[in-house]
Amino acid sequence: MPDPIPSPIPRENPEMVCHLSNDKPSVVPSGICQLLVDISSGALPAAPAEKPRSICHLSNDKSFEAGTSVLELRVRNHPGTMSHITGLFARRGFNLEAIVCVPVDDGATSCMLLLVAAEPRLEQVERQLAKLYDVLTVRHRPDLRGEFFYQLVPSAAGGIGGDPNGVP
Amino acid sequence: MKITGANLLRILLERQGIRTIAGIPGGAILPFYDALHGSAIRHVLTRHEQGAGFIAQGMARVTGKAAVCLATSGPGATNLLTAIADARLDSVPLVAITGQVAQSLIGTDAFQEVDTYGLTLPVTKHNFLVRHPAELLEVVPLAFQLAESGRPGPVAIDVPKDVQNATTDVIAWPEPGSPVPLPPCPDEQLDALVRQLTVARHPVLYLGGGVIAAGAADLAQALARRVSAPVVCTLMALGVMPPDDPLFMGMLGMHAAQGTNFLLEEADLLVAIGARFDDRATGKVAEFCPHATIAHIDVDAAEIGKIKPAFLGLVGDAADILCRLLDRLPPQHRPAWRARAAELRTTHPLRHAPRTEDPLHPINLCRFLGELLPPDTIVTTDVGQHQMWVAQAYPVRRPRTLLTSGGLGTMGFGLPAAIGAALALSSVEGLAAPDRRVVCVSGDGSILMNIQELATLAELDLPVAVLIFNNAQLGLVRQQQELFYGRRYEAAHFTAVPDFAALARAFGIRGLRLDPERDPLDRLAEALVAPGPCVIDVPIHEQANVYPMVPPGAANRHMISEPELASAHA
Repeated sequence: MPDPIPSPIPRENPEMVCHLSNDKPSVVPSGICQLLVDISSGALPAAPAEKPRSICHLSNDKSFEAGTSVLELRVRNHPGTMSHITGLFARRGFNLEAIVCVPVDDGATSCMLLLVAAEPRLEQVERQLAKLYDVLTVRHRPDLRGEFFYQLVPSAAGGIGGDPNGVP
Repeated sequence: MKITGANLLRILLERQGIRTIAGIPGGAILPFYDALHGSAIRHVLTRHEQGAGFIAQGMARVTGKAAVCLATSGPGATNLLTAIADARLDSVPLVAITGQVAQSLIGTDAFQEVDTYGLTLPVTKHNFLVRHPAELLEVVPLAFQLAESGRPGPVAIDVPKDVQNATTDVIAWPEPGSPVPLPPCPDEQLDALVRQLTVARHPVLYLGGGVIAAGAADLAQALARRVSAPVVCTLMALGVMPPDDPLFMGMLGMHAAQGTNFLLEEADLLVAIGARFDDRATGKVAEFCPHATIAHIDVDAAEIGKIKPAFLGLVGDAADILCRLLDRLPPQHRPAWRARAAELRTTHPLRHAPRTEDPLHPINLCRFLGELLPPDTIVTTDVGQHQMWVAQAYPVRRPRTLLTSGGLGTMGFGLPAAIGAALALSSVEGLAAPDRRVVCVSGDGSILMNIQELATLAELDLPVAVLIFNNAQLGLVRQQQELFYGRRYEAAHFTAVPDFAALARAFGIRGLRLDPERDPLDRLAEALVAPGPCVIDVPIHEQANVYPMVPPGAANRHMISEPELASAHA
């Protein structure tokens, strides 16, 4: 019988280090840090205790009329995951308005929130996302709105059309 | 046990059952080539990395198992990309391994550095950049598992040179990667499809390459016979059903026989199995099968409803679904519908000059090949008119005996894929038939895109015959310019066409050119019977077009047909 092998991939996990988009970990600016901590610690609204949605029934969602929807992904945390997800949106011509990502689970996985256009093709977007190896779960967050993302970037307060210099 | 990353990679591939790898060495992959020295793995040295990618594809398309291609960093990796993208679109299991510059150099614009991870990301099912030799223990089996599971596809593994050189401790070996079984499709959906099939009056089965990937050809045939449903196939599914079967209607879409597309207009239930409603098959999507309810069986949930809304989507393994469907379905006789299909088939034959008059008409050539070659002969094609003539007129009698670049439409596919197929026949247990002829049907445009692999072929001395349908044109380009661009021919004609027979001889391969006046079909037969590789240059008429043709973007019922020929016959 072969002996079990120790986990071959050592994972660094310094606090508040983002592994997703760069080969070398980059420290998240401290202003955003607090917000990210808030999200991961649940200070911002956590997902309602619902079972993960079937990916087939998005069009019934009430937030559909609002123009945008929020998807929550649980993904493997390693360099390249962000490229896989943003690349999917780019090459399939889907809209991706905003993105937030924080490491969770001791850094083994990340939680990602995507602000996407609520269009009929959203169902296809979700199915394509679900096919990515690094994407573990996809679910809909009807409780979150686009404003949520603007709270994370103080200089963007006011949203599209707002004062670019309007730092609160 | 201390072991280098390069040796670890080699051992993991050996444990995976890999016997042949096609590739080209270079600086960043040399440690791995050193590890291959003395290995049981046979390395096939190609003359261009794209050739290596398509040789691996040829092996994979014949066996259904993931095959491996190998290249160095930078240009080696970029040259592989086309073959990887091709495998992605045709769902071919492939593991592409590339060397990368040492991690200390990544990001410095080092010699032969390119972002292989970034470049392969959009054209693979998944990709890896290995950062530590120990990761190989996880990555290599996982790469094969991903390549072969569910909907097959290519996986890329980029291995920096320092990872190949570094050592790691191996305490135990992982199990080789193997396909993960899929969750079964729920019974209720099968029952719903049974109800649909029972009430339908004019059902049609629309089969795609997924039927072959699932090994479900016999089951699809059984379903067609059980419910008396005519069968249309995509290019990728040719071979699923014998062409002489009364229910077989041939390929659908842009270059289908007219009767096939007309039949789809009359269908009231379309059961798509392992097909993805590609635009070449559907024509104008909004007008595809206008009267049909669509049921879609696919291993990939994202395909259901991607192009055309399906009334019923069944996600799972096609073989499993068809087995369980057949358990539930009583025989259904639809004599009128069968008769209608037969009528459409006989009243809309391909029109072309008879063999006695024009033996080298491409349709006659393809039919002649069908008479000459045993049913298990593997035929590869390149891309263009010759590919469509093969699809229309060559009788593909078994699954996995027509290898063609369907989704990406890559000119240059045929020759290396044929070499890969012959390699699989010469080395894979259960397939071993080293003398079995493999025929690559190509065009004078396509063949030049990977002509250098004739050197590889000469070295391997495999029984590959290359037939070049030679019209000194990019024929399908010229055809489109003739039909849709007011005969303004631009960049479609070659003024310098090589003497392909002499070119073959220059590579050390038998070469001949058929003379239309001197028993060309007899000469062709003799050339194919003689052992070893050969190149046969077949002059065809410069103006020959592939008919019928649906103009790009038009509905499938709007077909341009062959202009009336005095001597045309069925």
